[in-house]
Amino acid sequence: MNENICAISTALGIGAISIVRCSGPDVIAIVDRIFSGKNLNEVPSHTIHYGYIVDNGEKIDEVLVSVMRAPKTFTKEDIVEINCHGGITTTNKVLEILLLNGCRLADPGEFTKKAFLNGRIDLVEAESINDLIESETEESRKYAMNRLEGNLSQLIVKDRQKILELQAKLEVNYDYPEYDAPDMTHELVRSELSEIKRDLSDLLKNAQNGRLLKNGIDVALVGRPNVGKSSILNHLLDENRAIVTDVAGTTRDIIEGKISISGIHINLIDTAGIRKTDDVVEKIGVDKSLEVLKNADLIIYVLSNNDELTAEDITQLTAIKNVKKIVFINKCDLEDKIDLDKLDGEIIVRGNTVSPEGLDPLKAKIAELFNFSEIKSKNYNYLSNAREISLVRQAVQAIDSALTGVEEEIPLEMISVDIKSAFDSLGDILGVTYKDELLDELFSKFCLGK
Amino acid sequence: MQYDIIVVGGGHAGCEAANASARQGFKTALITANIKNIADMPCNPSIGGTAKGIVVREIDALGGLMGRVADISHIQIKMLNSGKGPAVKSLRAQGDKVLYPQNMLKALKENETLDIIEDMIEDICVENDTVTGVITKNGKRYDCKCLILTTGTYLKSKILIGSTNKEEGPHGEESCKFLSDKLRSLGFEIQRLKTGTPQRIDPNTVDFSKLKEECGDPTPWTFSFDLDPCYDVNNQRKCYLVYTNAETHRIIRENLTKSAMYGGYAEGIGPRYCPSIEDKIVRFADKEKHQLFLEPESNFYPDLYLQGFSTSMPIDVQEKMVHSLEGLENAKILKYAYAIEYDAINPMQLQPSLETKLIKNLFTAGQINGTSGYEEAAGQGIIAGINAGRKLKDEEPLILHRNEAYIGVLIDDLVTKGTKEPYRLLTSRAEYRLLLRHDNADLRLRKYGYESGLINDEQYQRLKKKEEDIASLENELESTTINYNDFSNNIQQIIGEVSDNTGYNLKYLLKRPEIKINDLKNYLKHTYSDEIYNIVEISIKYEGYIAKTYKEVEKLLKLESKKIPKDIDYSKIKNLASEARQKLALVRPQTIAQATRISGVNPVDISILSIYLKKEYSKDVADE
Repeated sequence: MNENICAISTALGIGAISIVRCSGPDVIAIVDRIFSGKNLNEVPSHTIHYGYIVDNGEKIDEVLVSVMRAPKTFTKEDIVEINCHGGITTTNKVLEILLLNGCRLADPGEFTKKAFLNGRIDLVEAESINDLIESETEESRKYAMNRLEGNLSQLIVKDRQKILELQAKLEVNYDYPEYDAPDMTHELVRSELSEIKRDLSDLLKNAQNGRLLKNGIDVALVGRPNVGKSSILNHLLDENRAIVTDVAGTTRDIIEGKISISGIHINLIDTAGIRKTDDVVEKIGVDKSLEVLKNADLIIYVLSNNDELTAEDITQLTAIKNVKKIVFINKCDLEDKIDLDKLDGEIIVRGNTVSPEGLDPLKAKIAELFNFSEIKSKNYNYLSNAREISLVRQAVQAIDSALTGVEEEIPLEMISVDIKSAFDSLGDILGVTYKDELLDELFSKFCLGK
Repeated sequence: MQYDIIVVGGGHAGCEAANASARQGFKTALITANIKNIADMPCNPSIGGTAKGIVVREIDALGGLMGRVADISHIQIKMLNSGKGPAVKSLRAQGDKVLYPQNMLKALKENETLDIIEDMIEDICVENDTVTGVITKNGKRYDCKCLILTTGTYLKSKILIGSTNKEEGPHGEESCKFLSDKLRSLGFEIQRLKTGTPQRIDPNTVDFSKLKEECGDPTPWTFSFDLDPCYDVNNQRKCYLVYTNAETHRIIRENLTKSAMYGGYAEGIGPRYCPSIEDKIVRFADKEKHQLFLEPESNFYPDLYLQGFSTSMPIDVQEKMVHSLEGLENAKILKYAYAIEYDAINPMQLQPSLETKLIKNLFTAGQINGTSGYEEAAGQGIIAGINAGRKLKDEEPLILHRNEAYIGVLIDDLVTKGTKEPYRLLTSRAEYRLLLRHDNADLRLRKYGYESGLINDEQYQRLKKKEEDIASLENELESTTINYNDFSNNIQQIIGEVSDNTGYNLKYLLKRPEIKINDLKNYLKHTYSDEIYNIVEISIKYEGYIAKTYKEVEKLLKLESKKIPKDIDYSKIKNLASEARQKLALVRPQTIAQATRISGVNPVDISILSIYLKKEYSKDVADE
């Protein structure tokens, strides 16, 4: 009961704000560790604080954090709620960081369960809560069953089996030292572990693609005012979502819309035109744009074919030098005034929003950049949620720790602790708990006995 | 005759149970069908082995007899896994099958309140679901307040060789024919188990020049924490390695249907970890040879035990099989291999104290509970003996947790998961094995032996002194810092470049893989025994790994502290999966932790159970 749990508490989807809720005895300290702002350990109860969630010094999201201390909370434990602003990808990332910092992902209905067990909810409600937990768990059981048939599960099952086989080879050495089973040396363990680590690392690398597949690709439209960003958006969405005028600086808020290219979701984000401004409202929009740039999966930097390249463009492009981006030269139906020589090394696509096919080259480029055909063909092989990513990462960490032990030639039964931990993490992904698999493996693979 | 506690059966479980009972001051009777077979070793001559050797140390720590008797009754002893880490090391001795029973009987007789009676028990008296006594084959009655059954393989035992079988126990002893029926009528589930033993060979007919020798360790060892080694390391008996070959395998394959097991003459279930040679050939068909050992059984008679060759083939096939082995071409078989079947109860019908759930004051220990092995039996025996005594004293039973002892792992596995084959301990079964080491059994358990009256003041003071020495050495290492220039060349080389002018802390240095505590002894003010150096070195060198294990233990203990009331009615809990409901009702776990270990009980079922407990028993269930 006194574990620290966390979960995304708002509906998954495109909302301006998502809330990550944490409950448990150490959640204030845990969130404080990843929060840049006031020291949350010292703030009064039931207060809200502005700041950033940071991971290894990198700002992940701009957030509002509500701190509520026990006992006057929903669960009667300390609760911290993090209001995230960066879209679902960022929120998932925040959740991931919490999991790595000592929170456990809440089971379905677990906040309610805590509330109940801690006496926050009337006993009369017990039955309905019980039913709730049962039904939610039933869903998650079904979900787990479905996933078991997926390719991702096959991969995890395969790697977990490899670990199990390695464990059995080690255990037989410990328990039957006088039998003629092959001796597991540190070198053999190292090579087997390295192979498993490679597999799992590949999974993690693909995890990014998995998220893209599930949540879509966040594409931000950026550029000086009036280069036609909102027109591009509207053209793509084929509807008037953004207010389009010819007055520079009209768009002051982020407008999101979803389109599909070759079956992959694209979340389009129009940003306030980036320029120096004294207008307070517009300034907020500009700041917001800069924030969005950092979190987007792709930036489309829009330039007008009809204007010359400005010093401001160069500055902006330099600022986002290391971000995945396409420079889109809009208004190619108009006269060429732009000098493309200065855009050396950038991916440049030309087009317009006047003709129906004017944006096709842009769509094709996006599909090419993210290798859509490959993503789709691999489909379920990707880890797609924060919990899975966090568990695979834990498994990799455990294997790393085992490898360090191997380097130092620590006795193998010590290293077995880390190997077992990796095995358990993968088991958690599949929802299986360790019972007697190891012994079954041991006795089926080795001939032992008096 | 009226006794406080009666123990039925004089095997390894019975000896420890009777001793533990008598040491607590109870008037105790050990009733055995044949006094000559007290502490008999009908199978392998070895005591100890991986995990099992640690059990022997645990029994000694608790005040039992097996370790101290083995120390004065063996013909060879060695430390297994000596080249591996500290958590998998354990002692294995070749016991002398004549000396060991003699010395055990002597040790038992030191108990003034213990009577050893020769008789065959065939009935149990029960009134109001409470045991009140036993009745012998000839109708004589003995009364008791607590009864401990340690009947070994003798319940309806049947010896199988090929298609022939005899209703008898090991060595042609009389089997116990009616007791298991009585148990069944009392509501116990009876299962049929099987084990086997290989041939005994005449050493004068073996060509030892063709066999590889296996010797005892040159360093002296004892199981017991209280004894010094009292044997000559240079005068230990040797064991020999033997291998099967293609010819052996051909003979076995061609005669497979003649074997009791494969011919369908046996009904019992044999252990996977101790398969017959025909099992090995069938299941591991592509293995070209299997390893066997020839081991001496005693200094008082010649027989060599052919470990690894147990079989239920008829004797003419056994002759061919043995003669196909290199070095044994002309070997004379003194005793043929046989399989033995016997009745056992379902251990899930036991409480963790080893008292049965059905009949009050009735305890069972050893093979009757489905285990195999002398050490497993003895480990249960001492716990049953202690707990029968505690029951009579109206005290809480001694229940060792999985993080405290292999004996705890063993009993928890039995009562929680049951067993379908004779159960053997393995280090792999212990999830906290880094804590359950050979070196620290007394530190873990001696306090319980002392509380129970099995460990005397002198032994306890020795433990206290050991604990003080450990703390003192740890402190000294932690508080000693030595300058680079003051170290020997050897250590300087290991340290390499001087990175730190403030000196090197010894505890920190000891964490380096290349540095051993022996390298640092000279820099300490005090000297300690090798045992102390060893324990402290382990705890410092592997601190990180041990800490990880403790973290896991913490999770366990939290769940162990959540008790499940004895009167819980699982049929009243809505939403439990039906398999979980059945298993919970059968096992009746005492804590949530135990419930999580039952196969077929899933995390969801555990949360439903927790909520039910909270709701129905919110006043008396300690949640945190």
